[in-house]
Amino acid sequence: MAEVIMPKMGDAMTEGRILSWRKRHGDRVEKGEVLAEIETDKVNVEIEAEASGILQIVVPEGQAVPVGQVIAYIDGQPAQAATREAPPPPAQPEQAPAAEPAPAPTPPHAELGPPRVKASPLARRIAAEHGIDLARVRGTGPGGRVVERDVLAYLESRAAEAPAAAEAEYEDVPLSRMRQAISRVVSHSKQHIPHFYVTAEVDLTRALELREQLQEALGEEGRVTVNDLVLKATALALRQHPDLNSQVVDDRTLRRFRRVHLGIMVATPDGLIAPVLRDADRLPLVQLAQEARRLVEGAHARRLRQEEYAGATFSVSNLGRYDVLNFVAIIQPPQAGILAVGRAQERPVVRSGQVVVRSVLQLTVSADHRVTDGVGAAQFLVDVKRLLENPVRLLL
Amino acid sequence: MTEMTYREALRSTLVEEMDRDPRVLLLGEDIGVYQGTFRITEGLLERYGPKRVIDTPISELGFIGAAIGMAMLGLRPVVEVMTWNFSLPAADQILQNAAKVRYFSGGQVSVPLVIRGPNGAGVQLSAQHSQSLESFYGHFPGLRVVAPATPADARGLLRTALRSEDPVIFLEHAALYGIKGPVPEGDDTVPFGQATVVRRGRHVTVVAYSRMLHLALAAADELAREGVECEVLDLRSLRPLDMDTVAESVRRTHRAVVVQEQWPLFGAAAEVAAGIYERCFDDLDAPVERVTGEDVPAPYARNLEKLAFPDEDRIARAVRRVLQ
Repeated sequence: MAEVIMPKMGDAMTEGRILSWRKRHGDRVEKGEVLAEIETDKVNVEIEAEASGILQIVVPEGQAVPVGQVIAYIDGQPAQAATREAPPPPAQPEQAPAAEPAPAPTPPHAELGPPRVKASPLARRIAAEHGIDLARVRGTGPGGRVVERDVLAYLESRAAEAPAAAEAEYEDVPLSRMRQAISRVVSHSKQHIPHFYVTAEVDLTRALELREQLQEALGEEGRVTVNDLVLKATALALRQHPDLNSQVVDDRTLRRFRRVHLGIMVATPDGLIAPVLRDADRLPLVQLAQEARRLVEGAHARRLRQEEYAGATFSVSNLGRYDVLNFVAIIQPPQAGILAVGRAQERPVVRSGQVVVRSVLQLTVSADHRVTDGVGAAQFLVDVKRLLENPVRLLL
Repeated sequence: MTEMTYREALRSTLVEEMDRDPRVLLLGEDIGVYQGTFRITEGLLERYGPKRVIDTPISELGFIGAAIGMAMLGLRPVVEVMTWNFSLPAADQILQNAAKVRYFSGGQVSVPLVIRGPNGAGVQLSAQHSQSLESFYGHFPGLRVVAPATPADARGLLRTALRSEDPVIFLEHAALYGIKGPVPEGDDTVPFGQATVVRRGRHVTVVAYSRMLHLALAAADELAREGVECEVLDLRSLRPLDMDTVAESVRRTHRAVVVQEQWPLFGAAAEVAAGIYERCFDDLDAPVERVTGEDVPAPYARNLEKLAFPDEDRIARAVRRVLQ
């Protein structure tokens, strides 16, 4: 019998929640079929069957369990399995009588349904009639059992609260799982990484011209955004500044990455996520643009695979859609830097003693002072700026 | 309504039915000359003569077998067993013949037999003579099993038993023979399979029968002083068992305590509790509690006998537990 366990998706993950089972208890599943959707801190992941057989669900939908815990079994006895006619869920698997049946760590026929709340049948009935989640009702019966009076008291308190809530000056809302995760990451980052910041202004005139030429030459296929140009320039510059494409391993070790994988910060209604543009320095610009678009759209639709969020060596955050000049970003641990991209805007600038109108863009790099200092960050940023101002180099 | 004892209720009903129906006759040990160990048949030998009031030898298997034969041939015998414990030598006749003849004969032959006598404990008759056999006889299809708790029900159920076409296990209680109560005049009957609500209440349903009913009522009095309103039900019949009345009550109170005198395993209370779970699961606010005798042979010593059987305190404690 094969175990299906809660997978570990990233170092920070300690537990995951089962959003939905795609297969039912007792279903026949084939290797490679999607069994369930799991919610982790960052993304929803699909779990595939690693064996064929009859699915025996152990952990019900909606429940969170620690990484590594068995969430289901796949009973892989084909002959038996084929003859099983959609049995009732809690049935024990039919197995050939073994000399000594090995006891499963968790019974595969554990009860289904939401986490069990101890409640009297009457309390359950009343709760169901009023759409009350029993988990929210404090039980005062023997052993904390929720009994009729508890549900009635809850109903009363809810009725009493309802009008008051409308006039309250604030409301307490639970943080989403993703928000909680972001909260942990940024707090950790700001507390442990000594950030410093360097800002530069880039003349985008020629980059914008290049963009137009590409589109003219290639049509829709050649569509490249300002951010794509920034991504490409950043990736190329990081090759020259490996200290920023790195990670602090411990007090004595810095790990420089040989490849450049850029995290693209994407804002979703739930919070920030960062799909990873792999080998951004090596991707030709047009392909980079296509890949970046796929990642951003996929992130919005929450349909990317977990591994598409893993392994960034540096990040780029862009608020160019909003009318802001610049901003500073918080480094995503364990990376050593992040580039914040403002909005391209036409501004009077001085060129050769003349005031002219130019499209300019402000870039701010946040860097980990443990791996570089002001000069290193400035040199990196200036390289990005030069690449953007001489954009033909982005095509090489 | 007149007031009479449980004993008088039984005796007067026998007299009325024997007067009414010449097919009714009595058999048993010491029921004639001695006038009955518990004086139920007092004066009946004199009144009806030795053909209708037959003193038997100590041979239950024989005279109960004989009574079954009489019933099959059209008489309406009433057998008194000195206590129900003495029915055990005749269990083969009762279970294998009386209970099954109508079934075996496809309804051609019935056994209108009543076997009556004291059942249960509490009067220091020791282990062999204190047993409650309602779950034993209640187990077998083909029998009717009733256990009146009051003079009125003793009368009404006995009359129904005497007019029944099937063998009736009529369980009296030695501790109840002297209790008095109002009894309706005339030939009112109490149908089998009808429980009755003896006391109305809204907090908990207490189900009892026979002697336990009186303990349940005493417990209800005590609990009323604490503000607990018990609804007390008297099953009266065990087979057929009126689960409708029980369920109707439990659906209002959401809690139930079932009381029996006999041992806990496979007892009548377990049967009633299971019926409550089957019919009222979604109405229950607490698990059904059973109050039963202790799982030991009945002690003779008064102090130990008191410990071995339910009393009102134990019932009250069970009620408090289901109200937690």
